[in-house]
Amino acid sequence: MKELMQNLRAAALRSIAETADMEKLEAQRVKYLGKKGELTAILRQMGSLSAEERPVMGQLANTVRAEIEKALDERREELSKKLLELKLESETVDVTLPGRTAALGHKHPMYNVLDQIKDIFIGMGFEIVDGPEVEKAEYNFTKLNIDEAHPSREWTDTFYFTPDSSILLRTQTSPMQVHAMESRPLPIRIIAPGRVYRKDEVDATHSPMFHQIEGMVVDRGVTMADLKATLNLVVEKIYGEGTVTRFRPHHFPFTEPSCELDIRCHKCGGKGCPTCKGEGWIEVLGAGMIHPKVLAGCGIDPDEYSGWAFGMGLERLAMGEYKINDLRLIFENDKRFLEQF
Amino acid sequence: MDLSRKWLNEFVDLPLSQVDDHTFAEAMSVSGSKVEVTRDLSKTIRNVVVGRIEALEKHPNSDHMLVAQIHVGKETPVQICTGAWNVHVGDLVPAALDGALLPSGAEIHSGKLRGVESDGMLCSLKELGMTAHDFPEASIVPAAILGDYHALDKNRPSISADIKPGDKIYGSVCAAAVKGVEKAGAAWRATLSLAGEERACLTACTNLHEGDLVAYDMAKDHICTPDDLHAKQEEFPHCITDGILILPEDKVPGEDMANLLGLDDHVVEFEITPNRPDCLCMIGLARETAVTFGKELKLHEPKVAAKGEGNIADLARVVIEDGELCPRYTARMVRNVKIAPSPEWMRERIRNAGMRPINNIVDITNYVMLEYGQPMHAFDFSCVKDGEIRIRRARAGESITTLDGNERSLTENMLCICDTDKPVAVAGVMGGANSEIVGDTAMVLFESANFSGPSVRRTATALGMRTDASSRFEKGLDVKNTEKALERACELVELLGAGEVVPGVIDAVAGEMKTATVKFEPEKINALLGTDIGADTMKKILLDLGFAFDGETILVPSWRGDVEHYSDIAEEVARFYGYNEIPTRFTGTVSTCGGFTPDQQCERRVGEICRSLGLDEIITYSFISPTYYDKIRLPASSPLRDSLKILNPLGEDTSIMRTTILPSMLEILTRNYNFRNKSAAFYEIGKIYFKRPDGLADEPKIVSLGAYGEGIDFFALKGWVEELLGTLCSGKMHFAAQKENPSYHPGRCAEVFLDGDRVGVLGQIHPEAAENYGVDTPLYCAELSFDAILAHRAPLAVYRPLPRFPSVSRDIAVVCDKSIPAGEMRDCILENGGQYLKDCAIFDVYTGDRIAPGSKSVAFSLTMRADDQTLTDDHAEETVRAVLAALRERFGAEMR
Repeated sequence: MKELMQNLRAAALRSIAETADMEKLEAQRVKYLGKKGELTAILRQMGSLSAEERPVMGQLANTVRAEIEKALDERREELSKKLLELKLESETVDVTLPGRTAALGHKHPMYNVLDQIKDIFIGMGFEIVDGPEVEKAEYNFTKLNIDEAHPSREWTDTFYFTPDSSILLRTQTSPMQVHAMESRPLPIRIIAPGRVYRKDEVDATHSPMFHQIEGMVVDRGVTMADLKATLNLVVEKIYGEGTVTRFRPHHFPFTEPSCELDIRCHKCGGKGCPTCKGEGWIEVLGAGMIHPKVLAGCGIDPDEYSGWAFGMGLERLAMGEYKINDLRLIFENDKRFLEQF
Repeated sequence: MDLSRKWLNEFVDLPLSQVDDHTFAEAMSVSGSKVEVTRDLSKTIRNVVVGRIEALEKHPNSDHMLVAQIHVGKETPVQICTGAWNVHVGDLVPAALDGALLPSGAEIHSGKLRGVESDGMLCSLKELGMTAHDFPEASIVPAAILGDYHALDKNRPSISADIKPGDKIYGSVCAAAVKGVEKAGAAWRATLSLAGEERACLTACTNLHEGDLVAYDMAKDHICTPDDLHAKQEEFPHCITDGILILPEDKVPGEDMANLLGLDDHVVEFEITPNRPDCLCMIGLARETAVTFGKELKLHEPKVAAKGEGNIADLARVVIEDGELCPRYTARMVRNVKIAPSPEWMRERIRNAGMRPINNIVDITNYVMLEYGQPMHAFDFSCVKDGEIRIRRARAGESITTLDGNERSLTENMLCICDTDKPVAVAGVMGGANSEIVGDTAMVLFESANFSGPSVRRTATALGMRTDASSRFEKGLDVKNTEKALERACELVELLGAGEVVPGVIDAVAGEMKTATVKFEPEKINALLGTDIGADTMKKILLDLGFAFDGETILVPSWRGDVEHYSDIAEEVARFYGYNEIPTRFTGTVSTCGGFTPDQQCERRVGEICRSLGLDEIITYSFISPTYYDKIRLPASSPLRDSLKILNPLGEDTSIMRTTILPSMLEILTRNYNFRNKSAAFYEIGKIYFKRPDGLADEPKIVSLGAYGEGIDFFALKGWVEELLGTLCSGKMHFAAQKENPSYHPGRCAEVFLDGDRVGVLGQIHPEAAENYGVDTPLYCAELSFDAILAHRAPLAVYRPLPRFPSVSRDIAVVCDKSIPAGEMRDCILENGGQYLKDCAIFDVYTGDRIAPGSKSVAFSLTMRADDQTLTDDHAEETVRAVLAALRERFGAEMR
């Protein structure tokens, strides 16, 4: 009997090791260990054994059962691992095939730049205001200290809606200075981006409609030093840390002193190259201390309050940032252009 | 304004060797005179030197070339072949040597010309970048060399090829051989041989050489030019007025031509702001330079001897009729005028300042304008009727032929300089041809006047002629400058010997000449700048700039019309203290919070959602063409056609302010379609413009969506709108078919509402409208009111507990009349489903053979759930029964 059991054990272990699929493995289990299995069949003969032999044989039977069960388990484990491997193998995909995407839309490049500027100013405590594009000459010119005979008022330069030149398409965002000073509580820290209009034929650098960003601060004790500090910071945020700036006297009727802010040409480092037209500097924006006459005209006492303002062209900024060489692309809205940004 | 550094040195000692162009440009730019570009004129020419012709012989292989041996200051002469015939042994000429660069950009290299070595080129004026205006003495008179004759008609030559000395050409003109040529003062003496007879003839022609055959007029004792023979230039192609430049005898072989041509100069181009017309001249820029570099400004006080006969007061009268447009008119007279070229130094300065020399009198007026910034005019006084100058507005119907030869119709708002019956100049713009300085002008009246800037500008613009004078006048010039400039002009007349200045000055002044004053308040200036500049430093800057002080009052110099306020003074101080020396310091006292307003946040969200839906952002013009309303099929009576009209548009395409954003989107869709972009989906948040009674506009914002291409249909568009409004807004969203909108497909257009408020319209563009844009694919657009979106902006979300019990779903299909909108059925289901019905989705609509004609089957998926228990089948059945009952009652729909 012992021999029988040893044979059974050997046969079972061998055939289990050779079994290649789960179903057959289960059949093996039934064959050897099932109620009608071979081990049971052997055990049935226990009755014929002596009392001394019985526990010995019983123990042997248990050992054999345990060994077969262990072999079954291990084989099952092995097989399932192999099966998984096969399944995974069969599920393999070509990862270089394109993904299925929900294509995102694109913000217009110019508004990308505008949003960047808005964020910078908001971080410095500014608010953003919007205002009318169909504007009174009074706000676009007169209240900005631009006299009646100023060339920019000519019908060759400005679009008008009334024969008396009193209502026009704003030529600059500067009237927003006046609106803000007339309607907002002091202190004022605002930027006012928007569309402006001038009678320029369309070409690579001109468009009858374009965008400006106006900004202003009115408070007690505001100085040109504050203007410089703020705009230097803004320029550094836009053009990167370490950007070298210079402030250069300029003329605007509504600021005095007035200045333009140049940055050192990033391409040639100031030596002069085609990008900066040989000057070594690139003009970025115009600014100045709000003319006391303008403050007074808006009901703000220039002896108590002072302010500064700046204006910059958005198109040129965006064109510089993205190396766009033709302004017409901005308003052409070709999908192939828009999707580059 | 172009500034010659050489000329500048006359006023400020600032040699190039001390301050190079780059340093100069930087310093001037940051003190307020912005430099655009600097040009080293000497770099335009290289290796062109003075040469003396040592020997000259005919080219062995060419009948029109000469071979010259040129002494260029070196031991061995240089051999150069030339095609020009006006050179002679002993002449000093410009010789471009091997490797030379000419102003045209051409480079000269050694080479062989018809087999003969030529180590350079002799240069004409043109090749040196000059004209006869620059070097009037260089113009030549060519003789007609018979050997150069080329008959117009080869079969019928006017001069026979075998003509011999003594042969008659016509009348008293016969052929003569040149036996010798020698200089005789400014002219030449030629020895001629006519069939044995020899004659000596004086001639101005400079192209004669021994052996030439010429046409000689025996009666006039004259060597004929092609003109004398009434010949065309092509008949004598090498007998031309443009020859090699013959230099004055005082030049030295080997000398650099750049210096002789005044090209040893650097020119600085300034961009002067319109408030500083005083800087549009040498003196103004010299003053800025002097203060910038801390140098002395050397000004010259003009002195006039005025030795002419009589007095201007007895000869001329000036009447200012319009004192507003002409505050001052100053005049002097010159008699016995000798019109001639101006001297080389003057021509050089005029040229380097970007103008053209003409003749001494005209050059003087230009020179003074460049030096003093005061435009001047010179009249031929004999053409001024009755010796009277009247400054008045033109009369209706008057016209004038200006110096450029064009006849100009004048209008009544144009200021003119007139005599007693006609205009002789357009004030401040251009003189009249009727009083032009010409070769025989004997009496000249110099005008130095002040005109109203805007008036000159408008006149110049209206006449389409912006001149050097008008561009200065239009900015408003210094009234006090007229007399100084006039004195300088008269001084130059005497210096140049151009005539005799008549004693006396006419100075008509129509207005008062007040000195502007500003209180000197150093503390206020420092407070504005954020600086701590000493009062003495400020004073020094101001004094150097020409300001004066009367106690604590600043007297503003007459040429600084832009200074009237302490802030202007602050700018003057800051410019020379240095904008870049002003500290950078945040000085505001109160901090503000900053941030986006709720409206702005909403607008940003709209953009974000649109982009996440795959739409690209566009920016379109706010103005459109009125014809676009036709393109989108607006009826003639549509109130949308009542647009704000630009009275002076660039063109019709940009002439009215859009009252609908649809044409803008359609234009961009069309453009993309024409660019063969297979599909496109765009959004814009743009304004439209409605007339307001006060003349201004309401400018509401519209969210505009547009698309075409694969996968785009009505429901794709509707999905975007649903997503957009569903994300941003609260309230019941409702779509209603809209058949009346003329721009949209009547069967594929809906209006969208939130809680009953109209938000906008969406749908397929009417095929006719699409066709009007030339597009044959369906276009889809939506126009949503941003204000409506804002008004229905969803409040901050409040957390709702997640369902604790599972939901149950039941699908039902009902058959009903085909015309019943499924959306309304869905609404009905939601209204009548009872407390457990949480959602209802339409998942199928069927029409076809399997149901009755005229009807359709709509399938709904109902989702039911209870908040406090697991739903039983009974509950679900109850809900379905209620829904079916409602559908039957309301729409006659039966369970399929």
